[in-house]
Amino acid sequence: MILTPADGESLPKMSPGQFVQISVDAPDVFLRRPISVNDVDPKENTITLLIRNAGKGTTILTSLPSGNHLNILLPLGNGFTTEIPENGRVLLIGGGVGVAPLLYLGKTLKNKGFKPEFLLGARTSSDLLSIDEFRETGTVYTCTEDGSDGIQGLVTSHPILNESFCRYYCCGPAPMMKAVAKIARQNGIDCEVSLENMMACGLGACLCCIEKTVKGNVCVCTEGPVFNISSLTWN
Amino acid sequence: MTKLSVNIGNLQLANPVLTASGTFGYGEEFTPFINIDRLGGYIIKGTTLNPREGNDYPRMVETPSGMLNAVGLQNKGVDYFIENIYPRISHFKSRLIVNVSGANIDDYAETARRLHHLDNVSAIEVNISCPNVKEGGMAFGTTTTGAAAVTKAVRRAYPDKTLIVKLSPNVTSIAEIAKAVEAEGADSVSLINTLMGMSIDVEKRRPHLSTITGGLSGPAVRPIAIRMVWQTAKAVDIPVIGLGGIMNGRDAIEFMLAGATAVEIGTANFIDPSVTMKVIDYMEDYCLRHGISNINDIIGCI
Repeated sequence: MILTPADGESLPKMSPGQFVQISVDAPDVFLRRPISVNDVDPKENTITLLIRNAGKGTTILTSLPSGNHLNILLPLGNGFTTEIPENGRVLLIGGGVGVAPLLYLGKTLKNKGFKPEFLLGARTSSDLLSIDEFRETGTVYTCTEDGSDGIQGLVTSHPILNESFCRYYCCGPAPMMKAVAKIARQNGIDCEVSLENMMACGLGACLCCIEKTVKGNVCVCTEGPVFNISSLTWN
Repeated sequence: MTKLSVNIGNLQLANPVLTASGTFGYGEEFTPFINIDRLGGYIIKGTTLNPREGNDYPRMVETPSGMLNAVGLQNKGVDYFIENIYPRISHFKSRLIVNVSGANIDDYAETARRLHHLDNVSAIEVNISCPNVKEGGMAFGTTTTGAAAVTKAVRRAYPDKTLIVKLSPNVTSIAEIAKAVEAEGADSVSLINTLMGMSIDVEKRRPHLSTITGGLSGPAVRPIAIRMVWQTAKAVDIPVIGLGGIMNGRDAIEFMLAGATAVEIGTANFIDPSVTMKVIDYMEDYCLRHGISNINDIIGCI
């Protein structure tokens, strides 16, 4: 979904990893839906969202005709760290629709002169989203559960994880992020993950999307959604 | 010019629109969207004597026309509030009202006592109706004796200033509870807090919330809230503050017609962070359209 401000104003500056809250105008959808920023094109004044049909709200959003107007709060939350030591090697690890924020992150890093590498996982080759754009942005390694693209299996079984990196960036299902975090800790690699806890407001008011951290319970919407694993209490 | 100001006990509000505790943070979160000074008042997050981490995740699930939550009064305690948060938010011109909860009667009273000297806290709202904490909270709000005992202790610890008691709808007769707290010196009652509810993920065969049950809010509860406000307003002489599923100005007026002197906007803040301003605009417009010069004239006309 590609969006541009209806009032013609310029989009605010957005960092990779930030998200938006979309209001869904349908009788049986009540709360806004948080969606991560997939890409931003400042020249065209557009923002791209990658939305998976995960339920009522997202199904309605993905079936909207072109030209529709949406009510969106943006940008929300804190993004990934884009400061990297010179010549530092970074791996952007995504699973399923969790690859969404990694495209904008990869492009941002590339624009800063880094060479991002991507490790992307999905059920089948056709579930590897935006794969061509990822290939234009950096080196791509893939894993599919059925072996239809890249290595067969989960991203955590990919041999690239045996190589040395200064940081992992990871977004995907919680079990995948936890497994990646474990590998990062074992290998002494810095690691940032993007969480998608259920939230209502997105503004830090409702206290519903909390995550346990070394500082206690914090709101994923305002303290995250990107966290360094060193601040989380994952075992 | 329509007069929108209303009185809650000795406390005058510029208009009847308040924010419901737990849906508006400390107000600061909403400054990009609204002018807080325009609100009749803003009721901030439930505050307890000691810090509380709240319940485990998941704390929220969307339900038909509403949501269930089980936050569990996460807050950093009254002393932290006084030292760190109050100085940041006390400059707003709007009335600052602190919501107070406790695990026992002494905690309620002590929290109220510590807030009493803060000049810019215009009132406290005592929450005897939180369904999401094991001890205290709703336990006090579901019997007339429990509600009366908390009110009596807090009244003593918090003399002269405005005391609002927030009531639970999870009772047989909310009007009886309201009468009991009125008799102990409450200046106002606010209702309804959330209705206790439950939702199950049938694929995973487990409850959606970590606490199994939670509090239902949103327009799903509004007809129940309207009915309870109507019954309570007829039973007590103190002003009733109405809340429960107000999504817009029309809904707010509905509560006032049922007997509410003021209203609290809660869950709607999550969907439209500027909703409170629209409700105030609607009230002005409604009064103009109906030739009402003083909004107090419509309170409880049903």
